[in-house]
Amino acid sequence: MDTQAMDAKMGAGGSAKPFEGEGIIRVDNLNLYAGKTHILKNVNIEIPKNKLTVILGPSGCGKTTLLKCMNRLTDLTPDIKVSGNIYIRDQHTGELPVFGAKTDIVALRRKMGLLSQRPFPLPMNIYNNIAYGLKLRGKYTRAELNDLVEYYLRQVNLWEEVKDRLRSPAVRLSIGQQQRLCLARGLAVNPDIILADEPTSALDPVSSEAIEKQFAALSKDFTLVMVTHVLRQARRIADYVIFMYLGEVIEMRPAQEFFEDPREEQTKKYLSGAFN
Amino acid sequence: MEQRSLAEVRALVKSHEKPARTGRKLGEEIFFRSLMNIASVLIVGVMGVILVSIFYKGISTFSWSMLTEDMGSGFYLNRGGGIKNAIVGSLYLSLSATLLALVVGLACALCMNVYMVKFPKLLNTARFLLDLIWGVPSIIYGAFGFSLMVFFGVKTSLLAGIITVALFILPIMIRAIDEVMKTVPTGLSESVLSMGSTRSELSYKVYVRQCFPGIVTAVLLAFGRAVGDAASVLYVTGENSKTPTSLLDNATTLPVAIYNQINSPYAATQDKAYASAFVLTLIILLISLLSRYISKRYQKYRIY
Ligand SMILES: Nc1ncnc2c1ncn2[C@@H]1O[C@H](COP(=O)(O)OP(=O)(O)OP(=O)(O)O)[C@@H](O)[C@H]1O
Ligand SMILES: [Mg+2]
Repeated sequence: MDTQAMDAKMGAGGSAKPFEGEGIIRVDNLNLYAGKTHILKNVNIEIPKNKLTVILGPSGCGKTTLLKCMNRLTDLTPDIKVSGNIYIRDQHTGELPVFGAKTDIVALRRKMGLLSQRPFPLPMNIYNNIAYGLKLRGKYTRAELNDLVEYYLRQVNLWEEVKDRLRSPAVRLSIGQQQRLCLARGLAVNPDIILADEPTSALDPVSSEAIEKQFAALSKDFTLVMVTHVLRQARRIADYVIFMYLGEVIEMRPAQEFFEDPREEQTKKYLSGAFN
Repeated sequence: MEQRSLAEVRALVKSHEKPARTGRKLGEEIFFRSLMNIASVLIVGVMGVILVSIFYKGISTFSWSMLTEDMGSGFYLNRGGGIKNAIVGSLYLSLSATLLALVVGLACALCMNVYMVKFPKLLNTARFLLDLIWGVPSIIYGAFGFSLMVFFGVKTSLLAGIITVALFILPIMIRAIDEVMKTVPTGLSESVLSMGSTRSELSYKVYVRQCFPGIVTAVLLAFGRAVGDAASVLYVTGENSKTPTSLLDNATTLPVAIYNQINSPYAATQDKAYASAFVLTLIILLISLLSRYISKRYQKYRIY
């Protein structure tokens, strides 16, 4: 399928496409119920490739749930029902449905890293935390592994801090260091998309800024989707903003427009701090 | 309540407040603390008396030849011989049974915690049933194994004992591992899966590592039950006054040997029961120390 035909198709189904260029994730009429609670309501969005898209919204509006749908972590929760679908665009195979009987969940998740609010390093040493992700996808010699581990640790500015204790348990790192380690581990899996759920909320200001800078830099090569509650952070690094309220997407706009000229009533209230 | 100011509510709560650690409260605390202390002293004391008497009486009747000689025909009749056959029999039996139960039990516990997360009701039922089975006395397993053997016309053997004991310790193994695996943070599973790991990689590379100390404890618990249990194997392994050389041989175990020694009409043989108990205790002690050493090496990697 060529890009134009796909664009046309993406334009259909009522999905908003507020950007030029290529989209990579298309959420199509997604509804999610947990038990009888309607958590996501008719979500239609598209996420641009190699840009940083921030999801904003008051607590409990379904941001985390939406992220978890994208890589099917919802599979771990009992009693969840989903209708509609999410499509991941792939140059070779066209659009890949996320919810589908034939979907290869492992392949899907390899395309999408997830950085959670609290870092969860693997119960191994620092070196193996990175090597694990590499070894998942291929065979490497010891020397290649050493090089790559160093490369990814440097990517997240962690190398200097840990180079002398690569064999010590990852849990002994500080929380900020652990979060950077998790980011490096996620990068080592070589995904196209990185989902991040309030990745800086458990961190001190310095580590938080380090992660934030990383994200800004990574958005050249990766598609980033980040949830945050820090408006100033969103202003600093977002290319696009999705605003959610009570399980619905209220608007999705380029960041500058969004902050300077919010269209919807709820957005204005949110930006003026009425919900916080 | 809604209309009241915070100050009013705080005053209300304050007016209900009991003085901290004076009067009845203090008495209660002293009472329960002394109860706890008495209980601890009792437990430690009783354990101490048992251990000391086993060690004291055991060492005095212990001789190295007990470890190197089989019972032969006249051990219970005070005609010499040792308990090598029972020691080796017990080790063969309980180590193999523990290994068997570990392989099956680990798979079950992983299945419950990694694969069955979507079905909490089924999971609860499974846990409930396993807890029930845990309470079934081991003699029932022995009798069950024995009746099966009679039905199929199989002779008593070490192998039959291993299978019976493995079945008997399996629920202990599963539930002990399961309890530890329940504590694995969901966030850890989510992170690992979202890297594109399969569920079996999540199981064997992450769960097993994360829960390693707990798995060791479960193995220890199960091994302790296996090595110390006389009843479940009484009918199924038969008895053997020589060291078993194949899985199809009969085997005598230490607890059964101790039981028979105590029932012997000769005082000297009865005393040797303490030496046998001493050996049994030493085996458990060694295994405990070994497993503590192993689990310590992995403890430090645990995520919490
Ligand atoms: N398994 C579940 N069962 C029932 N309700 C759930 C479940 N998971 C989430 N919810 C509900 O769905 C809503 C959205 O939750 P979600 O975690 O996505 O919010 P959020 O936008 O990420 O909030 P926050 O900013 O506080 O993290 C909440 O009201 C939550 O209580
Ligand atoms: Mg959230």
